[in-house]
Amino acid sequence: MTTHSSDGVQSIIDPAVHEALHSRRSAIAKGATASGLVLAGLRMGTVPAALAAISTSAFGQGARLPTAVIGVLNFALRLEYLEAEFYNKGIAASGLIPAADRTIFTTIQAHENVHVTYLRDLLGTSARPKPTFDYSAGNGSGTGPFADVFTNYATFLAVAQAFEDTGVRAYKGQAGALKPYKDVLQAALSVHSVEARHAAEVRRLRGNFMDNEPNQGWITNATTDVPGTAAVYAGDDNVIQLGIDVRSITAVATKEITEAFDEPLTMAAVLAIVDPFIVG
Amino acid sequence: MSTETVSGAAARSPSADMAQDRRSFLRRAGLAGAAIALAGCGASGKDILGVDGASGAVVGPDGSITLNFANELDVLNYAYALEQLEAAFYVTVVANASFASIFTASERRVLIDIRDHEVVHKDFLAAALGTARIPNLTPKFGAINFADRTSVLQTARTFEDLGVSAYNGAARYLVSEAYLGVAGKIVSVEARHASAIRDILNNRSADFAPNAFDLGNTPQTVLTAAAPFITESITVVNA
Repeated sequence: MTTHSSDGVQSIIDPAVHEALHSRRSAIAKGATASGLVLAGLRMGTVPAALAAISTSAFGQGARLPTAVIGVLNFALRLEYLEAEFYNKGIAASGLIPAADRTIFTTIQAHENVHVTYLRDLLGTSARPKPTFDYSAGNGSGTGPFADVFTNYATFLAVAQAFEDTGVRAYKGQAGALKPYKDVLQAALSVHSVEARHAAEVRRLRGNFMDNEPNQGWITNATTDVPGTAAVYAGDDNVIQLGIDVRSITAVATKEITEAFDEPLTMAAVLAIVDPFIVG
Repeated sequence: MSTETVSGAAARSPSADMAQDRRSFLRRAGLAGAAIALAGCGASGKDILGVDGASGAVVGPDGSITLNFANELDVLNYAYALEQLEAAFYVTVVANASFASIFTASERRVLIDIRDHEVVHKDFLAAALGTARIPNLTPKFGAINFADRTSVLQTARTFEDLGVSAYNGAARYLVSEAYLGVAGKIVSVEARHASAIRDILNNRSADFAPNAFDLGNTPQTVLTAAAPFITESITVVNA
């Protein structure tokens, strides 16, 4: 897996956090749900303290998560399963990903698998099992619009972009539901912004890093060049924030205003988007 | 993406912007001279749109700012401070005489877009906070060589990663779902910026997302990292 320290900032952790990390580590070492990836993440100090401390501090070791939290985390887990297996298959497909781009996708693959393991670890026995996926978006037929997803690199990239941009909007849409649970909220946000980093990288890669619209790191209006993914971008051209028409209070053009805010999606909208990929 | 020529808010020099806004802040808040030093004299106001109420910010006679995170408007003021810093940085980057020679056309499109996004964030938070907003800050960019691509890009990376960690770490202090929502809309754009800047620094490497989880830093950690770039001292209490 890919683990890096983050410019030294990660080392700024207080003694209480160290303690939480240590007790979490030993809990994982003893538990059957321990995963090599999360354990490695803890060893490398890459799992932020607030995340590592959730089970031990917020809800008590072994305590059941609140029902609302379970629902949101299982929703997130469903999306992370979808992404992780997608990249696992993409990396395994010989001749699909050019050598020059493999580092990008092994990085994303590692992150999505860590997210799956982390969510499963948090959820414990409440974790839902991994569904069966059809990455052609054919509801199990294997002959959906993205049927060549693991043989045609352009299709693979297009689906990757749709998954990442959907992931960003999906996590964002659950922030309100997690608001009472501060540590879980922060954990979800820590995943949310990583999905945004992935999305930007894939978007720019699709334009060979020339940064011409729409292959830029950000979403302009509600525009996409990937056929069949309009729902992923629906409403992203919003210019009203906290009741303010942002166009009226800045000299910056409307297009860039829409780029400056990523909009959320409801759980129902996200589930509808991923439904064709899920067999059951 | 947008053109290089800017007008209005994006074109004003950061320090001129700051001085003008500070004066109008003082007028709006009805504060003058020594009265500013009185504890609890936070900016206040009732706006038609945006936020409604008084912030807990205290501005000292030396311009130092104390934000009180027990008042969520000061969490927005914290975001406003960071967005001011980022906007001023990118405005200076794009306005520099070397901009066209040290960056490729593609890189310039990225940096101009980011400038525009940060100006939008700054202008939006200023409008949303209305009279509850802190004064504009005086950027301190002496350590940055704006004619050097590496200096610019490494500073950009610092600011973007810092911004992501700041929003992630401060979300827990927001009480209103609406404010949490808008912070969420901004933080992922900062993460997109961080990804693009990091990729420009090291193309096609793993650097665009160095961890499976982004940091959520405390305001103290963030402000310590930002302090070398801001003239005014900013302190956060109740966080």
